[in-house]
Amino acid sequence: MRNLGPVLTVIAALIALWYLAVVPMNAQWAQDQARRAGQDLGFAALVTETMSQQRPRLPAPHQVAAELWNSTVVEEWSGRRGFMNTGSLSNRSLVYHGWVTLSATLLGFAIGSGLGIALAVGIVHNRAMDASVMPWAIASQTVPILAIAPMIIVVLNAVGITGLVPKAIISTYLSFFPVVVGMVKGLRAPDHMQLDLMKTYSASGPQVFAKLRWPSSMPYLFASLKVAIAAALVGAIVAELPTGAVAGLGARLLSGSYYGQTVQIWSALFAAAILAALMVALIGAIQRMTLRRMGMAA
Amino acid sequence: MKDLNTSQTGAPVIAAKDLNLTFQTNDGPVHALKDVTLDIGKGEFVSFIGPSGCGKTTFLRTIADLEQPTSGAITVNDLTPDAARRARAYGYVFQAAGLYPWRTIAGNVKLPLEIMGYSKSEQDQRVKNVLELVELAGFERKFPWQLSGGMQQRASIARALAFDADILLMDEPFGALDEIVRDRLNEQLLELWARTQKTICFVTHSIPEAVYLSTRIVVMSPRPGRITDVIDSPLPRQRPLDIRDTPEFIDIAHRVREGLRAGHLDD
Repeated sequence: MRNLGPVLTVIAALIALWYLAVVPMNAQWAQDQARRAGQDLGFAALVTETMSQQRPRLPAPHQVAAELWNSTVVEEWSGRRGFMNTGSLSNRSLVYHGWVTLSATLLGFAIGSGLGIALAVGIVHNRAMDASVMPWAIASQTVPILAIAPMIIVVLNAVGITGLVPKAIISTYLSFFPVVVGMVKGLRAPDHMQLDLMKTYSASGPQVFAKLRWPSSMPYLFASLKVAIAAALVGAIVAELPTGAVAGLGARLLSGSYYGQTVQIWSALFAAAILAALMVALIGAIQRMTLRRMGMAA
Repeated sequence: MKDLNTSQTGAPVIAAKDLNLTFQTNDGPVHALKDVTLDIGKGEFVSFIGPSGCGKTTFLRTIADLEQPTSGAITVNDLTPDAARRARAYGYVFQAAGLYPWRTIAGNVKLPLEIMGYSKSEQDQRVKNVLELVELAGFERKFPWQLSGGMQQRASIARALAFDADILLMDEPFGALDEIVRDRLNEQLLELWARTQKTICFVTHSIPEAVYLSTRIVVMSPRPGRITDVIDSPLPRQRPLDIRDTPEFIDIAHRVREGLRAGHLDD
């Protein structure tokens, strides 16, 4: 945790910049309101006014924080439809929407990393796959996900697959790629000498894989998993946007923009960012544990 | 003393005849080995010495079936190199220790045993034995980065010895180590050779190392890689380090130097 200081400094600087931006962004509306009421706003009043609007152009950090707090802890703890009162998550809470997105993210991430590892194993061990798969994998990532997402969802909907799976497939689409790239590099990390050594033992292909290639690829695997899980989250959110989904962080973003609820949009954005940070941190922790057990302090 | 030096009874362990190996590179063909003919008997300690590019490592790799000759014949234990490799006829020690950083020293030595399917108890027994042989007992649970370079190289020798092949192929194993560590390891290697009765092929570019260790010294020269001299050492098998100050030792070293120089005159 020795980088805590620098991280907090950067966050403080960003929040300060944000506060500075809030005043000019929201000043227009505040002054219009005041003029209509026949008042004249002083600078102090203007600043206060810009920080506390219902639908600001740019909400102030404390408004977003309050909304995050209210739509998670307060909503579930004391809300009429909250967890404490009904025993199930409130559909107005970010915990509920976060979970909807998270479940699709995790399913997509699991399929995506599995697929990515499988493709990498194929590419490293099979000459035909080596020559053919990678260009397609790269091409797949150049197609805008926003263009593909609705098509996937509509097609799957037509064959009766709805809900979690279509979103997970879009997560998969984004998350398999970093794993393929990372794992191809990782599985090829052993040098000539190490491969020669295996040959002198007459080791079989599966033995070379299990004893040399797989352990060598661990640092690469974890690096690519961190990218993949963040990409999976983006995929799940994007999948919720074009489909009129009623639940999930993407749905919150969308409804927030329909009704001009900027505070809701920003709090959903931050919920997504916090979720991503937590998942990446979790993978980082697993990575440290694994590498320490392997004697390779990261 | 004669009977101690030449224990070549019966068929040679390694027999190469008119061996040629040409690498195709972007700069045209490189003649790595030209008409190499050599027999190595059981229990011999043969050093290969020569400047870089003389094919000494290539010859060792050909014995190990890591390179395929372009023409000529070579047998290892009367088998083709491929069959000999499959029969696990040799242990190979590379220039770098190449220990797996994610395995302990015991785990590294165990690696070939796991691959070759030894039982768990047999593995543990062998690991214990060879680590004692290279004087690394007590370091079983250390990871490679916790050991010095010399100790790592000893662990890699233990790894090559673990499955008890009769032949030990060593490719400049001490090249990256300092003089003092190298002397100590050379001494230990001779002890180990005396105890295990293995046939050792040893590639080096150090004249004192070659003379000190070997029963036979093969001098090679580059472009094309070929054998220019084969020197039978009259030194006894028991060799204290100070044998290097005796006239016999200096004589052989001189002859090796002459052989190396002769090879270079052709350039």
